[in-house]
Amino acid sequence: MSRKPIIAALPVLALAALLPGEASAHIVRGEAVGFASGFMHPISGLDHVIAMVAVGLWGAQLGRPAIWLLPVTFPLVMAVGGFLGLIGLPLPGAELAIALSGLTLGAAVLTEARPPLAVAGVVVGLFGLFHGYAHGAELSPGQNALLYSLGFVLATGLLHATGIAIGLVHRWGWGRYALRGAGAAVMAGGAYFLWAALA
Amino acid sequence: MSRARLLALVAPPFIALWAAPGMAQAHLVATGLGPLYDGVSHFGLSPEDILPVVTLALFAGLNGPAHCRAAALALPGAWILGGIAGLSGLPWPPIAVSVASAAMLLAAGGLLASNVRAAPRLCAAAAGGLGLICGLGDVAGVAMTPAHLVSLAGMAAAAAAVFVLAASLTLPLTRLWMIVAARVAGSWMAALGLLAAGWVIRYGALAR
Repeated sequence: MSRKPIIAALPVLALAALLPGEASAHIVRGEAVGFASGFMHPISGLDHVIAMVAVGLWGAQLGRPAIWLLPVTFPLVMAVGGFLGLIGLPLPGAELAIALSGLTLGAAVLTEARPPLAVAGVVVGLFGLFHGYAHGAELSPGQNALLYSLGFVLATGLLHATGIAIGLVHRWGWGRYALRGAGAAVMAGGAYFLWAALA
Repeated sequence: MSRARLLALVAPPFIALWAAPGMAQAHLVATGLGPLYDGVSHFGLSPEDILPVVTLALFAGLNGPAHCRAAALALPGAWILGGIAGLSGLPWPPIAVSVASAAMLLAAGGLLASNVRAAPRLCAAAAGGLGLICGLGDVAGVAMTPAHLVSLAGMAAAAAAVFVLAASLTLPLTRLWMIVAARVAGSWMAALGLLAAGWVIRYGALAR
């Protein structure tokens, strides 16, 4: 695609960025105030970020249809977890499971694990459930739940897309090693968070 | 200019403008252009209306022109009927309306994500249900006046226009990755509906 349409859209995007926002004085930091805070929520914790990016990396490594099926499974099941967290159902061990997700998904990328698609989907979905639960349990009341949730889901999807974009280097020989290195980094991050959760 | 280039040019500023933070103005939209455009603006500023309409339109578009026609006809009529019920002065519980809105988003997202082959009648029924709930939610508790009826017509017209435009995006899709992208968007909308439902259960009715 030519870059001209994108360049032509830039002034309008810049103008939109300069639009006056609502006055947010005295709004407690972290409260659910709309799209922006919903968008920031999943990317504000590194333990969530590495797991979501790892889902994309693993999907790219596994190829079709996992490349899109895993990143669809995660937000959907994450929303189920968010729902459980919001309505206050207990789900013990969420922090531990989140830390384990980084460790497990990192290990899967590092070893280029190729389980059956259903097994990969269950693994990703299970971890998505705990990530969603942690987010749902933490949410505070805000002005617009729908915009908050939209930002939340969009950020999660974009983290997966980032993982997929990075994972596309898998098509080259050097890229496979680089991807496995990224898996090792995710695994190390998961190990750190697991240690922090247990300590 | 190809459709993809036109979309790349038009979509980003609209998305940016729509996502930009603004003041909450539920039921207080006054454009100064009259009640009809107030209604159009209300629709344009209400994500709880736009998101399910666009989601259902993308689903209808994937299913074919007959589905689009049936749903595009059912949606505005049902919107006006729901709105008249809302203006009737009956005490509609806001939580029930919010739960129904969340359920419609979940259902529309689920239909799009699964890309199920449906009969045009099912599409029309889904659009009818969506129109009833959105129309009711938009004006529930508002007094029945001629101006509000005209605003309601503006909302229904805007919903129909957006529906047709969104359906036209997916109607001609044949490439797999484009269909997958639409289905991924559906899964996100289903997730959104589920989160909104949880939110309603925990904190009460959605802000409108």
